[in-house]
Parts: sequence; C-alpha cells; structure tokens
Amino acid sequence: MDLQIFWFCLIAVLWGGYFVLEGFDFGVGMLLPFLPRNEGERGAMLRTIGPVWDGNEVWLVVAAGATFAAFPAWYATMFSGFYIALLLLLFFLIVRVVSFEWRGKSESARWRAVWLWANAAGSVGIALIWGIALANLLYGVPLDSDGDYIGTFWDLFSGYTVLAGVAFVLVFAFHGASFLTLRTTGELCERARRAARLLAVPAVAAGAAFLVWTVVVAVDRNDKDVFPPILPAVIAIAALAAAAVLVYAGRSGLAFTMTVLGTAAAVATLFTALYPRVIVSSPNFGNSLTVADAASAHYTLAVMSVVALIVTPVVLLYQGWTYYVFRARVTGEEVQPPTEAIAPTSGS
Amino acid sequence: MGPFASTVVDLARVQFATTSLYHFLFVPLTLGLGPLVAIMQTIWHRTGNDAWLRLTRFFGTLFLINFAIGVATGLVQEFEFGMNWSVYSRFVGNVFGAPLAIEGLAAFMLESTFLGLWIFGWNRLSPRLHLATLWIAVLGTWLSGYFILVANSWMQHPVGYKIVNGEAQLTSVWALLSNGFALRAYLHTMLAGLIFGSIVMLGVCCWQFLRGHQVELFLKAAKLALIVAVPVTLLQLVVGNRFGEAVTSAQSMKIAASEAQWNTCQPCSFSLFQIGGFTKDDETPSFSITIPRILSYMATGSFDGQVQGLTELQAQERRKYGSGNYMPNVRVIYWSMRVMAFAGVVMFLVAVLGAWLYWRKRLERTRWFLWTALVAIALPYIAASAGWVLTEMGRQPWIVQGLLLTDRANSPSVSTTWLGISLGFFITLYLVLGIVDFVLMRRYARPDRPVTREEFPEPAVTY
Repeated sequence: MDLQIFWFCLIAVLWGGYFVLEGFDFGVGMLLPFLPRNEGERGAMLRTIGPVWDGNEVWLVVAAGATFAAFPAWYATMFSGFYIALLLLLFFLIVRVVSFEWRGKSESARWRAVWLWANAAGSVGIALIWGIALANLLYGVPLDSDGDYIGTFWDLFSGYTVLAGVAFVLVFAFHGASFLTLRTTGELCERARRAARLLAVPAVAAGAAFLVWTVVVAVDRNDKDVFPPILPAVIAIAALAAAAVLVYAGRSGLAFTMTVLGTAAAVATLFTALYPRVIVSSPNFGNSLTVADAASAHYTLAVMSVVALIVTPVVLLYQGWTYYVFRARVTGEEVQPPTEAIAPTSGS
Repeated sequence: MGPFASTVVDLARVQFATTSLYHFLFVPLTLGLGPLVAIMQTIWHRTGNDAWLRLTRFFGTLFLINFAIGVATGLVQEFEFGMNWSVYSRFVGNVFGAPLAIEGLAAFMLESTFLGLWIFGWNRLSPRLHLATLWIAVLGTWLSGYFILVANSWMQHPVGYKIVNGEAQLTSVWALLSNGFALRAYLHTMLAGLIFGSIVMLGVCCWQFLRGHQVELFLKAAKLALIVAVPVTLLQLVVGNRFGEAVTSAQSMKIAASEAQWNTCQPCSFSLFQIGGFTKDDETPSFSITIPRILSYMATGSFDGQVQGLTELQAQERRKYGSGNYMPNVRVIYWSMRVMAFAGVVMFLVAVLGAWLYWRKRLERTRWFLWTALVAIALPYIAASAGWVLTEMGRQPWIVQGLLLTDRANSPSVSTTWLGISLGFFITLYLVLGIVDFVLMRRYARPDRPVTREEFPEPAVTY
C-alpha cells in the first residue's frame, strides 16, 4: 500500500484511539459534578479512570507527533491556523491534567471542588474544541496559496462545526456514562445508568445529525461522492442507536461496546470524508492541502512505518493489560484509611 | 532582547524560551528522582525493611507532583512548533518530526501507562511486578529524553539529511539517531537529571535534620543521595567539558561567544570572570581573571589547540551565507556558560562536603551545612536553565544551524497581537501552576508531616 495513504489511515487510527479512550475519560469528567453524592463516591469515580487517563492522553501526543513527522505541512498549517482555538485547548488540557493530580492533595472541601469543576470544564472544553477544529478541516478554512491560514478565529464557527463540537461533547458524556455503569457499584452505578439513559437520546440525535451533515459537507465542499463516507457514517449511527437501545435494556457491556464502535466509526467518517485532502480550503478550493502535498518523503515514512509496526502492537498489549489489571469495579463506599504515622523511628 | 520585544519573531522566541525553560524545571527532576525512588523501592523489596517503603512513598509523592506539571507543559512544547513556527515545521518535519513521533509512541506511552500502573498497583500487582512497573516507567522517561535530544541536536548539528525543494529530508535514520552531538547531549542531560534528583533529595533530607525530624529514616535517604551525587557531579564536570569539544566542531561560533573570544588564539586562556569585552566596539575587557591554556583544552582537547575568534568566524559565515550578523548575544552566552559551570562546581563541593560529614557521622548535626544543602536545591535549576540558554541562544541567529534562520521560521499567519496575548497567557498560567506546585511540594516535603506507611491508601497515591 502507498505509504502516504497508510500514514493518513494511521493518523485517523491514532485520533480514533484518542477519542475512544479519552472519550470516556472526558465523559467521566463531565459527570463528576453531577453523579457523586459524597467524597467517597467522587474518589471512586475518579479512580475508575485514574490508572489509565494519562496513558490514554498519550494517543493525542502521538497523533500530533505523527502528523508533524508524516505530514509536516498539515501540522504546520493546522496548528498555526487554529492558533486561538489551540491556545484555549492547551488551557483546558493543562487544567485537566493537574486537576487529577492536585485535587486529593488537600483536605479542604473548597480546594477539591475547584479541581473537580476544573476537570469537568476541561473535559467539556477539550471535546468541544477538538470537535470544532477537526470539523473545520473538512468544512474548509481560508488558506492562501502557500497553505497558510488567512482567516480569523471567528471563521472557525459555522453551523456544522459548532454542531460537531456539541456532538463530541454529548457523545463523550454518553460514552463516559456507559463506561461508568461497567466500572462502579451500588448507587453510584445506578445513577450512572440513569445518566446514560438521560444522555442516550440527545447524544444519538446530535451524533447522527453531525454524521449526516459530514457526508453532505464532504459532497458539497470536498468534491466527494456520497460513497464511501456514507458507509462509516451509517455504521456509527447504527452503533450509537444500538447503544441507546442497549442502555434502556440494561445491557451495559454491549452498550459500551457500541459507544466504542460509534466513536471509532465517527472518526472514520470524518477522515474518509476528508481524503484525499487533509485541510480543505474555502473559498479557494484550489489551495486545499492534499495528502500528497503535505506528506513527508518516502524514506521518512518508511522508517516511521517500521517503528509503528513494531511498537504499536506492544503498546496495545500493555495498555490492554492495564485495563485487565484494573478490571474490578470501583466501589464508592471506600473510606480513606487513617493517615497517622506508624511508629516514627525518631524525632517528633 | 527583552520582555518587551516588539517583533513577531522576538515574541515567538521569548515565548518558546519561557515555555521550554519552564518545562525543563520539571523534566530533569523526573529523570533523576525516578531512578532514585525505584532504587529505594528495590531496597525495600530486597530487605523488607519498612523504612525504605516509607521513603519510597515519601519521595514518590514528590516525584508524582512534579511529574504532573512536566506532562502538562510538555503538551505545550509539542503544539508550539506548529503554532508559532510553521515555516520551521514545514522545513524540518521530515527529519525532526520523526524522533518526536517515536518519542510519543515508544517512550511517553511507556512512562504514562506504567506510572499509572505503579500509582494504582500497590495492592493489585505482586510486589515484584509492581516494582517492575516503576522501573519500566523510569526507562520510559530516559528513552523520552533520548528522542527529544536527538531532535534538538539535529537543530544544533544537522546530520543524515538532504535539502529537496527547500525542505530538509531524512536520508539516514542511523545518522540521525547516532549523531555524536546527540549522544553527548544525552549523557550531559541525563547526568543533569541525576544531579537534580540527588541534590533535591539531599536538600529535603537536610531540611528534616534541621527540624530534628525522623533523623534515622532520612539519614538512609541522605546516604543514597550522596552516593549518587558525588560521582555524578564529578562526572558532569568532565562530560560538560567533553561536550564543549563537540560544540567546537559543530558550532564554533557558540564556543567563541561563550568565551567572548573575539580574536583567534593559540593557546587560549580561559576567562573566569570579566568586566566588559562583550561587544564589537569593546573587545578587550577592562578587567578579567584568566587561566592560561584551559580554553584550548576545553574546546579542542589539547592544551595547544587553536580556537577561532568571533571576528574571523563572522567573516567566514558572511562569505558562506551572505551578509548579516551571525554572532549570538556574546554577553548572555558568556555568562550563561559561567553560571552553569560555577553552579556545577558548587554542587560537586556540596556533595563532597556532605559525603565527608556523613562519613564522620556529623551530617545531621552540622547546621551550617544543612542550611547550605537546603539552599543548594536551587543550584541544579539555575545550572540547567543557564545550560539551555547557552545551547539555544548560542545557536542564534540560526534555528537550524547553517540551514534556516530563526527570523524566517515563524508562523506568517500568527500576528504580533496574538503572540503577545498568548505569551501573557502562558506566563500567567505558568506562574499560577508554579506557585501551586511549589506550595504542594513544600507541604509534602515538610519535616513535621508524618511519613506513614499507609500514607497512600490503596489504590491511590493521588486521588
């Protein structure tokens, strides 16, 4: 297979991995202020993703790094063009990372509330901005003939791109709720189930609207036929709808499988719709950046392919093992054990 | 160039300098404290002595608080190339992007995933396996450092590439990965990490002794810190010197500037301190202390070696690249080199003195030394920051040595206004993060805090 196409697909897979894995972390974060009734439950909810969120976030680091290496022009145009959006994104990313680590470092209820909301705001913000940013790659942004962005921050907002952001938020909230039904126990689990039911219809509606609109945008603005983007779109819509039905039927495991599939297929839809371009230019369609324009030379791609083919299976193996190690449900009743010192050897 | 620099490129440079120097306040402590904590846990695993478990958890918490900001600020670094330096990104992506991508996939993935396993795995994994997760995470951090320095070293000394259609393209990945400059920079940086780990650990132990708190427990940690600090601070002085030789051949201008050496000399004396002599109009310092022949030795490995002067190098560069100023800011480079080197020597002395006091069994009672060691926590931070200023500002005006000029590498689509706003944004955010991190580190290193075995109830250190 052509290495440029291989790397385009691989980057789609990396984004897919990022959204499938961090998607439920975002969902858990968004639900943090609403589901738990006490500190024990808050801790339990955070512990459902505690061991894995950092590893999940690395999928973004790899997606961005791989874009830099395999499609330097894509990375350069996208990151400099979406400047303000990415600045806001970095703010949310940073606040969210430290919220995980810092919340438990003080007993103060106020301190803990601040970082809880920071985590929730970060989760919503990141999902919203990525939704808007990635949708803009397809919807088209003003580029000059050098491939530099010549629009303003406000050019990133249109009905379609904002819907994409909202759909990302709702689908991840749903994805996270369905994850929590698998990872918690007792009342917390019951509340997660109710949240999943509450979110199912809006998430499916927004997700389906975004996917259908994506196919329309691909045809209208990216010179595509309805087929093939319609194929992953249909799979994504069907999976999300099935997840909603399964949530109501009380089949948590299958429902989560379906939100995973739905998220992955939605990312596939976006990238299928985008190919063979990586950033559509609008109004000057001719300035669009294509896979071939943006790609690195064959040698770089070949080297990176060898590394990716060797390392990725290993990564999947040990990340999978992590999920296996922490497969047990987290209970909300766990109380913090006493923290008095055990027999200090000397001194105070 | 000051904080009120007005051009787009200056602002982008100030921003990159601010964010990367800040990032590197946290990275080397991660690199150095990681293996030290892993050694402590290994000793506990081998001996079953509870003291080592308590130390593992005590220093493990500091390690994790520090790690979090390293991760958060690392994301900014990865985004910033594309955001502020899009021309650079297009030019180097073929070569420079590869080690960054490999770092993410092969190293950062490893450290993040296995650190999660370590934090939450205390009662889930067998003690052996749990210990292994920490060592693997540490391996991840050390691998990470390698790939990042491969990328950075390519900017200092480009190898294994050809220029096609105005873009650098990789021709040999082996040349890239085995770049002599990168290997030396890697050794230098990893030693810096170990210095961070051991000097910070020593300082924290000394703080405990000052308050007479859990002296017996922290003497064990102090011993470990000294066993590491003495050889690595010494080795770093040697490696730092050797690194100078690599710089001489790859970036003669940087060495000449770091010595404020205007005229070619042979043999050359090393200037310890000087007043004036930093500009073209004022080449001769009004006062200086020098040691004969040492610069020749440091730059070339021979006491009779020739070191080219700034004036001659500037003329050479002009012939090669056309008119322009190819000299970095001599004053900044001269002093950053000295701050780094002097701090390195002082850290070595602190380590040797500490080891001697420990050997005489007086360490915990020698109050003036305890205060010195506590204050010495600042030294690795000062040395590392000065080292990066020397490395990066010494490369100017080039962003990639000899291939691309910094003032042609920024993002054309990003305006001065937005660079100014984003700079303000990062400074504010980083200040807040820094203050909170300092308060937390201090609280968790505080002498009156009980060091408990059950401090981190399963399953969380952090939540």
